[in-house]
Amino acid sequence: MRARFVVAKVAGSLATLAFVLVVNFFLFRVVNDDPTASMFRGRNMSADQIQQRREQFDLTGSRLEQFIAYVGQTLRGNLGDSFLSNRPVTTEIREAIWPTVALVGTSTVFAMVIGITLGIYAGWRRRSKFDVASTSFSMFTYSVPDFWLGMLLLAFFSVSLGWFPTGGFEDAGSTATGLTALLDQAHHMVLPALTLTLAYIGEYMIVMRSSILDTVGEDYLQLARAKGLRDADVRKRHAVPNALLPVVSLTALNFGFILSGAIAVESIFSWPGLGQATLEAIRGPDFPMLQGLFLLFSASLIVANLAVDLLYGFLDPRVAGR
Amino acid sequence: MSDVTSGPASEPVVDPAPGDHPPIAYSPRAAAWARRRASFAQLARSVRSDRIAFGGLVVLVLFIVMAVAAPLISSRSGLSAVDSVGNLAWARPSWEFPMGTDHLGRSVAAQFVWGARVSLFVGFAATVLTVGIGSFVGIVAGFFGGWTDSVMMRLTDWFLVIPFLPLAIVLATVLDRSLWNIVFVIGVTTWPATARLVRAQVLTVKQRLYVDRARALGASRTHIVGRHILPNVAPLILANVTLAVPISILTETTLAFLGLADPNQTSWGKTLEEAFGAGAISRNAWWYYLPAGLGIVAVVLAFTLFGRALEEILDPRLRKRSRGQR
Repeated sequence: MRARFVVAKVAGSLATLAFVLVVNFFLFRVVNDDPTASMFRGRNMSADQIQQRREQFDLTGSRLEQFIAYVGQTLRGNLGDSFLSNRPVTTEIREAIWPTVALVGTSTVFAMVIGITLGIYAGWRRRSKFDVASTSFSMFTYSVPDFWLGMLLLAFFSVSLGWFPTGGFEDAGSTATGLTALLDQAHHMVLPALTLTLAYIGEYMIVMRSSILDTVGEDYLQLARAKGLRDADVRKRHAVPNALLPVVSLTALNFGFILSGAIAVESIFSWPGLGQATLEAIRGPDFPMLQGLFLLFSASLIVANLAVDLLYGFLDPRVAGR
Repeated sequence: MSDVTSGPASEPVVDPAPGDHPPIAYSPRAAAWARRRASFAQLARSVRSDRIAFGGLVVLVLFIVMAVAAPLISSRSGLSAVDSVGNLAWARPSWEFPMGTDHLGRSVAAQFVWGARVSLFVGFAATVLTVGIGSFVGIVAGFFGGWTDSVMMRLTDWFLVIPFLPLAIVLATVLDRSLWNIVFVIGVTTWPATARLVRAQVLTVKQRLYVDRARALGASRTHIVGRHILPNVAPLILANVTLAVPISILTETTLAFLGLADPNQTSWGKTLEEAFGAGAISRNAWWYYLPAGLGIVAVVLAFTLFGRALEEILDPRLRKRSRGQR
């Protein structure tokens, strides 16, 4: 892989990150030129308190001064203090990040494995009953709002059957440690993870299926068959490896959505992750928190995009050579 | 497909539909209209012969009729908590309330009918905006090329890389809660995909000989874009519209569920938010949260199926592939 290719991609990502910083500033200070105003509406606060809040959010001084202050702070890793808890946004995020990574990460891996497997068999036997069934299933899950699916699962498995807890990360007041605590957390994670897995499967399935369909007519498969390979070997050794590329990039890209992927679903299951934090920040409204979360969500997607580009350059040399 | 992607507008063309009496083209304009009618008839035939696409279309028409006729089906007062004071709260479906009542005694059926109106309206309005911005950027970037293209595509790439739901959430939080702001938020966050698609198509159309011919004859840019480029990217834009509507509806649903919708407008997402907030799940009040969700699934599924079929018929690249494999 050429060094120039890597440098260009990294520079592009940094430029995008800079754009996100500008957007982030623009959204919170220009679209709504005094974001604190909506907070004070209908609340009993003295002029002093309001001024304090405004200073805390750096709303004093000209736009340019505000922008420079914001960029400087952000680069030093200071995202400000949450309006709701008065603690640094970075601390709040650090506490909420692991539940989300555990939940969405697990779901992404399950969805990937199941979706790719379904896609391979569906594409290989086009128009078979299996293909029709799994394609219909994927179209259906694609059309269902994920949080509504969560509501259905919650109503059925938790409320009606009582198999799973109705929400949270672990039993209230639990003092368990070690394996017991882990099992308890896993028990709480089953339903939200099932919801997200079902919601994500369709995308993998459809992309894998159409990629397999693209390879089915290729000459090298014809050759493999002519050599007398069994159908399963043609599929496993020749079709699948060649068809995997688009799915690899989809997967890498979806890792960028792990942090922001479960905003509504987390709130259904009161899962104490970044999604729940986002919802609380919306309700506040807690602008420093929302601003920090948005920066984090965007940055993770930018990094994932960069990873996809570099991976593509590595897996498909034609891309980097051009 | 006969003529959607070919031919200058000024050549007399005879209606190719078999069995019809070919109309006599008296003027270039009449000929152009005859050709458009023929293309449309061809499209209608393709849709009718595709069972899935036709089924999707039927479901859509039913929901649209219901949304438009909402005032005839159910009185708006059914949505008001004040007007529902005498009703039993959390009532199961009955003859009087076919979908039961909610925690305030309001009719869930009324919310379903009026919610369809808001959800579909947001879906269509946001789509007009997103496809409008996307097509404009795509056509300008593709047609003018050069630095205009570079700047616009760079901007598009930036927007593609910002996660669109968080962006929509942040925008909706910063703005006031209103129906039009939701439309605006969805429109400005979802256009980049359309822009890329349209630009790619413009780039191929630009290379056609008749565009060169028009330019050599001294046609203005406006004329070339309006008469040659636009008609040729229109089918693609149409297919894109049918795929953008379900995305807009799902986005509205999520934003409404997060409490970012207009508090005075009942949409399906809003109903789900209220149902969840009022504890419909723990009360097992399935009649409260099932209808709105099923409505969303039905409309989104119908649009997606219809849109994919339309895309396959109208997108030249997909058409080639599906013809080879069918």
